[in-house]
Amino acid sequence: MNDANFSAITSNLSYLMIDGFGLTIKLTVLCASAGLLLGTGLAVTRLYGSRWAQTLVSSYVNLVRSIPLILVIFWVYFLSPYIVAWAVDAPNPVQVNAYASALVTFSLFEACYYCEIIRAGVLAVPNGQAFAARALGLSGVQVFTSVILPQAIRHTAPILILQAIVLFQDVSLVYVLSLTDFVGAATQIAQQQNSIVEMYVFVALVYFIVCFLCTKGVRRLQHRLATR
Amino acid sequence: MNYQWSWSAFYDLSGDGVSTYAHNLVCGAGWTIATALASAVIALLVGIAVGLLQVSTDRFKRCAGAAYVELFRDIPLLVQIFLWYFVVPELLPSTLGTWIKGLQYGAFFTSLLAIGLYTAARVAEQTRSAIGALSRGQLIAGLALGLTTAQVFRLIVLPQAFRMMIPPLTSEMVNLVKNTSIGMTIGLLELTARAREMQETTFHTFEAFSAATLGYLVINLVLIGAIQVLPALKKGNKVQVARSLPIEEVMP
Repeated sequence: MNDANFSAITSNLSYLMIDGFGLTIKLTVLCASAGLLLGTGLAVTRLYGSRWAQTLVSSYVNLVRSIPLILVIFWVYFLSPYIVAWAVDAPNPVQVNAYASALVTFSLFEACYYCEIIRAGVLAVPNGQAFAARALGLSGVQVFTSVILPQAIRHTAPILILQAIVLFQDVSLVYVLSLTDFVGAATQIAQQQNSIVEMYVFVALVYFIVCFLCTKGVRRLQHRLATR
Repeated sequence: MNYQWSWSAFYDLSGDGVSTYAHNLVCGAGWTIATALASAVIALLVGIAVGLLQVSTDRFKRCAGAAYVELFRDIPLLVQIFLWYFVVPELLPSTLGTWIKGLQYGAFFTSLLAIGLYTAARVAEQTRSAIGALSRGQLIAGLALGLTTAQVFRLIVLPQAFRMMIPPLTSEMVNLVKNTSIGMTIGLLELTARAREMQETTFHTFEAFSAATLGYLVINLVLIGAIQVLPALKKGNKVQVARSLPIEEVMP
């Protein structure tokens, strides 16, 4: 390790950043959005649903939260061929695309975490808000969508964004499905060009800069929300 | 859908021709527990030390603590494990690097170091916010009684802070157990890796992953139970309801 081989990075920059990092960002944004929507649905069910629906959602959330993400990735990837085959009534398991499987996995996984955050946010809104809205003549649904939920989201916005940053880091685990996300692309080039040291240091640096700046932004947002 | 159910697949001989899949899975759970325990020790020791640095009155020490937390929190654990496993031995003097690469349980030692130092950054943040949540009067009163700063921290501040840290620390330890599965990417044969191995050779996907899921559930339930029971076991120690930290201070 006398002469660092930086040309491996510069000559493959577009593959690394556009193909690799692009896929990481795409998965993060899509799954964070899907997870937030799905998580809000789960939170509503857990708060206002019938008794058995509440039990069902809370056991689902607790189950997913207590097993490793890699295991969740494997569950979805290796079981979905059978589920798809059953759905379309095919005789043999249908091969499922790793990208589609990752999309589903992370959306389902994030939904559990977003469910807990939104639920905590909703519970933090004082009861008087709901009573006052009801007294003004809003329906139950209106009370939730235009009074409770906006306050809950604003209150938990910093945590929701921090969770998305955690997801951004977790997406690197698609490595186990051999998808070429940022880490996957770097690994490929490192093996081809024998530049493992430079490559992983570069990857760590990019992750560090992105996460550091985003976290700083969240702290500022938190400060602004707290002082107003 | 024609899925071949067979729970007896656990008793089939695995690829090595000697042990059954059930035996391999139990060994895998053993490695998961061993990695988790060893890295929990590192995480607690380093984490509390870094947390104390962060509340120091010395500006330089505070910056060092904050830098540690930022560095280990803003890089994905997978990348950190790769850095420790592939990059660090290359950067060390070549004889030392070769010795490290030839270690028998290299994947195990790398995993516990990487996971331990990664979790330490989170424990440090919890220590810092727990100490910050204590009233300053505690420290001042201790000093006024003639205790040294070290004694005040050891006898007054840390015991109270630790009690407050129990709920967030519990969930961090559960995360730590889950994170040990990332060790499989560098060849640690822990529970997830063993389940994947069984799935790959027998195609009994459902059975293999169910066993691993059950394994993690049991490990985590025992862990949570142990953390709740341990403080109560201490004689003469009235069980105090731990005051949990505001959610903003501990998330993620």
